Amino acid sequence: MKKEFNIIAKLIEKNSKVLDVGCGDGELMKYIDENITTNIRGLEISKNNVQKCIEKGLTVIEGNAEKDLQQFPKSSFDYVILSQTLQAFLDPERVIDELLRIGKKAIVTIPNFGYWKVRIHLLLQGTMPVTKNLPNEWYDTPNLHMCTIKDFVNFCNKKKIKINSSKLNIKNIFSELGIFLIEK
Amino acid sequence: MNNIKKVKQIIIDKPLKLDCGKTISNFPLAYETYGKLNDKKDNAILAFHALTGDQFASGINPVTNKEGWWNYLLGPGKAIDTNKYFVICANVIGGCMGSYGPSSINPETNKPFGTNFPVITINDMVNAQYHLLKFFKIEKLFSVIGGSMGGMQVLQFVSNFPNKSHTAIPIACTASHSAQNIALNELGRQSIMADHNWSNGFYEENQKLPDKGLAVARMAAHITYLSKKGLQEKFGRKLQERDDLKFSFDADFQIESYLRYQGSVFVDRFDANSYLYITRAMDYFDLIKQFDGNLSKAFEKSKTSFFIISFTSDWLYPTSENREIVIALNAIGKNVGFAEITSDKGHDSFLLDVPDFLNTIKNFLKNSYIKLNEKRI
Repeated sequence: MKKEFNIIAKLIEKNSKVLDVGCGDGELMKYIDENITTNIRGLEISKNNVQKCIEKGLTVIEGNAEKDLQQFPKSSFDYVILSQTLQAFLDPERVIDELLRIGKKAIVTIPNFGYWKVRIHLLLQGTMPVTKNLPNEWYDTPNLHMCTIKDFVNFCNKKKIKINSSKLNIKNIFSELGIFLIEK
Repeated sequence: MNNIKKVKQIIIDKPLKLDCGKTISNFPLAYETYGKLNDKKDNAILAFHALTGDQFASGINPVTNKEGWWNYLLGPGKAIDTNKYFVICANVIGGCMGSYGPSSINPETNKPFGTNFPVITINDMVNAQYHLLKFFKIEKLFSVIGGSMGGMQVLQFVSNFPNKSHTAIPIACTASHSAQNIALNELGRQSIMADHNWSNGFYEENQKLPDKGLAVARMAAHITYLSKKGLQEKFGRKLQERDDLKFSFDADFQIESYLRYQGSVFVDRFDANSYLYITRAMDYFDLIKQFDGNLSKAFEKSKTSFFIISFTSDWLYPTSENREIVIALNAIGKNVGFAEITSDKGHDSFLLDVPDFLNTIKNFLKNSYIKLNEKRI
């Protein structure tokens, strides 16, 4: 986890204004708050996690990313982070549009369904992959829209969203996680 | 209310122009404090009470000899820790615990004002309480906090005095009193006015109080402070000290007996005219209208960090109305946190032992105070 935080944090400029959408228990926010910028707040749907964020002294708004992003005006944040929750939304395309409306830039991370272990699991076992990043069974997973790194890059290209896609085929096999900095 | 002389008061000599157009001056504002103001004077919290509250938020109320209304939240070692913070709480004007209100003596007649007292608003209440900052020589409060009508006062305070509090915690409230809430308040007022003893508000002269009307008003209001689930779980159809129905209009059911009791104890501590005046102030509260339909404008000049709290089973000031305040603040990029606390206890949750609620306040204050000392807020 720390490694992911580190990579995300390096993408953020010092003292910029940040929103962490689906901020969970606030671990990433706390890391950014302590190391990069204190001008950070989170949006979180789970009441339990909201309490954990408050305990950590973080600014958190209880809410649903699919409904509650519209209250933020255009470009109100320098960065909007969406860490490993894109695949759980009913309408991920709309969420991405909203992220890029309220943020000048967005940082999106996805569990990569193209990771070699996932591919081998499906190839050899013939059942839906269960890994560290994808711990649920097919029937109880919150993940509605799984994609690969390549899928996400193609999606951004199609929508004319700026995204770094170097060494795409290699990353699509060897990365458990895709971390992207995107902008309109 | 024979012990009313025991209360602390400041006399506000500066004239205060009320929203109704009248001006009042040299009037008393009753208050109580908890904890100690530190040397830096940066640990002061102004707590606002709700409709039937008073300045005795914690400890034992010396007038009623009952526990303070915010005893779960406020006191040494509690969520608002009075070992650490200095808490001021005032009785609102229009009230009946020592502040200027309809039961105050009109110097022109030497009798209580009754309904000759001017109609007051939330804005008037807040403007009167602002004088407490000068009285205690506090440049900037650490926090303003309150639930229900207390929350409305928090919103109005921050709007009127944008630079006078580092943090603000409006709880279970609204920026604009809804039609349903006006209707429920009107029910209470009509119940008081329908009592013959009310005598157009000049009952003190007759020595007969409109207790029945006030008790019914309280019973009706009390139902709105609870939730259907909470009522069902606590009372269900349980009978009151009897094995079967009596086929009469006695209190057969426990819930009836409970409400009658709530009504009867209320009249011993509250003035009927104050009930009329304060409910009216709530009904007139519309911060959205004050700012021409744009609530965000109410907070534009403010640098305050907000934390807004609602409760799942509160149907009087539901989450949606609290969230409107969050939305207005986010629309202008203000620092705001929000939590909806799970509770079956209805609107009353903000007065009760609801652990997530108490923890939220405790943690928000604790962490805000750390940030304040690091000059981060």
